[in-house]
Order: sequence, then structure tokens, then C-alpha cells
Amino acid sequence: MINLPLLPILIPLLAAVILMLFPKHIAAQRVISIVTAIATIIASAVLVAAVKQNGILTVNLGSWPAPYGIPLVSDMLSALLVLTTSIIVLFVLWYAIYYSDREYESYFFYISVLFLLVGLNGAFTTGDIFNLFVFFEVFLISSYLLIVLGGKKGQLRESIKYVLINVISSALFVAAVAYLYAVVGSLNMADISQRIEALNEPGIISVIGIFFLIVFGLKGAIFPLYFWLPGSYHAPPIPVLALFGALLTKVGIYAIMRTFSLFFYQDGGYVHIVLGALALLTVIIGSIGALAYRDVKMIIIYNIIIAVGVILYGVAVMTPDGLEGAIFYLLHDMVIKAALFLLVGIMMAIAGSSHLKDMGGMIRDYPWIGWTYFIGALSLAGIPPLSGFIGKLLIVRGGFAAGDMIGPLLILISSLVVLYSAMKIFTNGFWGTPREYHGAKAHLATRLWVPAAALILIAIAYGVGAEAVRPFITQAVEPLVNPAIYIDAVLKE
Amino acid sequence: MEFLMSIIVGILFTCAVYLILSKSLIRIIIGTVLLGHGSHLLLLTMSGLKSGSAPVLMDNISEYADPLPQALVLTAIVISFGVTAFFLVLAYRAYQELGTDNMEQMRGTESHD
Repeated sequence: MINLPLLPILIPLLAAVILMLFPKHIAAQRVISIVTAIATIIASAVLVAAVKQNGILTVNLGSWPAPYGIPLVSDMLSALLVLTTSIIVLFVLWYAIYYSDREYESYFFYISVLFLLVGLNGAFTTGDIFNLFVFFEVFLISSYLLIVLGGKKGQLRESIKYVLINVISSALFVAAVAYLYAVVGSLNMADISQRIEALNEPGIISVIGIFFLIVFGLKGAIFPLYFWLPGSYHAPPIPVLALFGALLTKVGIYAIMRTFSLFFYQDGGYVHIVLGALALLTVIIGSIGALAYRDVKMIIIYNIIIAVGVILYGVAVMTPDGLEGAIFYLLHDMVIKAALFLLVGIMMAIAGSSHLKDMGGMIRDYPWIGWTYFIGALSLAGIPPLSGFIGKLLIVRGGFAAGDMIGPLLILISSLVVLYSAMKIFTNGFWGTPREYHGAKAHLATRLWVPAAALILIAIAYGVGAEAVRPFITQAVEPLVNPAIYIDAVLKE
Repeated sequence: MEFLMSIIVGILFTCAVYLILSKSLIRIIIGTVLLGHGSHLLLLTMSGLKSGSAPVLMDNISEYADPLPQALVLTAIVISFGVTAFFLVLAYRAYQELGTDNMEQMRGTESHD
């Protein structure tokens, strides 16, 4: 029972190791990976319930007391993210079973997805800054394999850029950890937070804060560091793109949330002003991209960048409202982005192209897909009964409460852009004159629709049941607003 | 000693940045290797280079070098080793498929509008 935070990391890890023994037995690969994903969801749901009941759970690996060993810390934020990640991985795996070719599947696809899940769950759960780096590498190396798997020319070209960017940001992460270690002499995040407070040297801490912002901004695609994302995410096949779009940038956001609430809060908000400004610029850049393209993948890819900006703005205002909104929006965005990529993938499977000029009138033959996409698009934009509303409302309210006028207005305008760009896909793809479709996978449309629709259903339930979700989110915000709760939970002995 | 090491780390980072900004893919990979070396050296330097014996527990010795950054560097080295191996194979495969190692010719624009 005490080892509960370990389970969402251990279950996929063990399964992935076992699956490596027989990569060519595709049926076994499929069954075992789906069962693993379900088991991970159950474990993380139990974890969420346990955190709800008992507060923050910590496991000191090897029973070394807190600042000396590696602790795994499950507070509500990380438990919720682990649960959401596991759910998304399950539905994307389900989709991938129908979508992928047999040959593609036999080259360690499921194994790398499970290792990706290990790295993500580990990064969300760890309480040690260097261990965070290691888990980052675990999911990055799986993502290198996933992005290049298939070996088409475009994939090879774009994965070189993706690998290069991530190698550079990993080296910078090591350098940032080196500086932080030189200043505070500890790697345990709770201990670092305590020592930074005792140190009271805001100058060097601000520099390290900006350094970490650059590192995590490269992972999370914030304004001047987003340039690698559209090209790289355009290359891989749809299930991989859905995993990347829903999960990978969100780890960067989570790392920014964690480090900025724990480490860099005592310098009079300088780092947070920088973060807020960059977040708003990210929203603007994302909006421009979402308006500019008529390629369905690119439109949703730029919507990732908008969402990153919106969430980080909520983090930057650092009011309880803003943070609560950021977490609400973060969870919503993970689910809805995965669902939209899966739906857009169905459109591409039908039309055999990702460009809107090759689509039109799909509502005649595929009404269910059309209306599912419609609900997804409204949810993405934040129409009230659906899931995107409450998060954005809280972020905007937090922004106004912090005395900022421009930020909240910009975010409201960006919602219009999001709605326009998502509806552009709907009106051009589903309405209009029907065309001849040459997609090789059109016969799969209904089967592919089921996992995507299930994700949309989760998003609807999340929006309608916001009242039920709210206590969890409120609990997740507490350690962010008041780091003492986190520190006490980790260093209790 | 830390001062000297900082200068060397700075030179390594400079060379790495210069190489990464070049056109040839193999020079870029050499640049990432140098960047890795620089950050590993930085990790060792930043934890202090005071004289002490190697962190192996023995009698009659009271001063040890900090063992923690050595463990961190060891971890970081194997990770960057793995990534570099992958990157080199990726570059080889890309050279086979695309027929070039010039990054200028690897602009992906044909599928976008």
C-alpha cells in the first residue's frame, strides 16, 4: 500500500520488458499492452483516491531518509496527470491497433509506447531534480524511436531536427542542474526549496530560474523556443502524433509548474513576469499559425501551442484561481488534443490527404464522425457546458484578479481564433460538396471512431461534472500555492 | 582550478554552438557530443574541485571528493552515449534515404502550404 506511487511506473515497465521477448507476435503484443494500459489506469485511479484521502504520498526508494535518497512524491497534481496520461495511452493504443500496419507494429511500437508511459509517469511522480532529468530521457528516447518508426523521408528529415533540439535541451538541463547543485548542494526538490529560502540570494536564483525556463520551454514549446514543434509533429503517423501532442509538451508545462512553485517564488516575481509575457506571446504565435494553415494536422498542432500559452499564463499569475484554472485546462487539453488528433486522423484516413482542399462533404457518409468532431471543436474552444470552459474561466478570472488587463483579454480573443480554426476544419471538411475519396483506410473509419468518441465522452463528462472534479483540483493547487505542504510531506521524518 | 575549468567549459560550449550551427550533419553531431562533454565537465566543476581522495571508503582518510556529481555524470554519460549512438544511426539512415547530409537541403516544406 505504501508503494502505491510506484505502480503506474512499474506496471508498464515490467510489461515493456516482457514484450521485448517476442516483438513479432503482434496479437500478444496488442493484448498485453492494452491490459497493461488498463492496469495502469486502475493503479493510478487507486492512487488518486488514496491521495484524496491521505494527502501527499511519498515513497523513499531504498528507505533512505528524504534528502539523501530518491523520493517519489504523489501529490494530487501528479496523481491526476498520471491518471490522465494512462487513460490517453489506452485509447491511443486502441486506435493504433486498427490504424497501424502489421509490419509497423512488429518493430517495437507497443514497447516504445509503454516505455513512453514509464517515462511520463515517472517524470510526473519524481521528487528529485536529477531523477526528473532521467525520466525525461526515458520518454524522449522512446519518442525518438516513435517519431522515426516507419522511416519515410519526411520522418527521417524531421526526426533529425527533433532529436537535435532535445539533445541540446538535455545538455542544458544537465548544466542547469549543475548550477542549482552548486548553489544549494541538494537534488531533492523539497530540500532545494527549503535551502533556496534559507539562502536568500535572489540574483543567482533568478538566473537559474530563467535557465530552467529555457530548458522546460524547449520541451514545452513556449514562444521563442517553439520553432521545432510544427515540423516535427507533422511527420509521425497519427497515433504517435496524438501521444506527442497530448502528452509530451505537457511534461514541460508540469515541470515549469513544479519548479516555479517550489524554487523560484522568492525573488519578487521577476521570473514570473518573464513567464507571463512569454506565455502571452506563445498564445499569439499559436493563433497566427492556427489561422494561417489549411492543413488539418497543422491547425491542431498550432492549437497545442496556443494551449501551452494559456496554461502557462495561468501558472504565471500565481493566484489560486489562475493555478486552479491552469490545472483544469491542462487536464482538459490533454484529453481533447488526443481526441482531436484521432478524429483528424480518421478524416485523413478517409480522404488520403491532410489538406482541407482534398476534403468536403464528409458529413453525408460519416455523420457520426462529423458530429463528434463538432463537439470536440466546441469543447476545445471552451463553450460552457463542455470541458474547456471552466479552466479558461478561472484563468481569466485569476488574470483579472492579479490586476492584469491585457493577458485575460488576449486569452479570450485567442478562444475565438481557436474556435475559428477548429470550425474551419468542420465547415471545409464535413460540409460542402462531397468528393471522391481515395483514402486507403476509409473502411476503418467506424472502428477508428470508437476510441476517439470515447475520449470525447470523457471530455464531456469532465466538463459537465466539473463540480465533482473540483475538489481534486483544489487539492492539487494547495501545494503549488503553499510549498510548505509539499516540503513537509517529503521531509516529514 | 574551478576558474580554469569554467574557461574550458566555456570553450567547449562555444565550439559546440559553432559546430551545431554548421550545415553538415556530422559536424552537428560532433557539436552535440562536445556540448555533452561541456555539461558533464560543468557538473563536476560546479560541485567543487577541492582536493580529497577518491570516494572509496578506506581507513585513515577523512577528506573525500563529493561522490554525488560523479554518480550524476556517470548517468548523464551513458544517456548521452545512447542518444548519440541513435543519432549517428539516424544520420546514416537519413543519408541513405535523402542522399544528402546538408541541413540546408533538408527543409521540410513540400507537404505544407
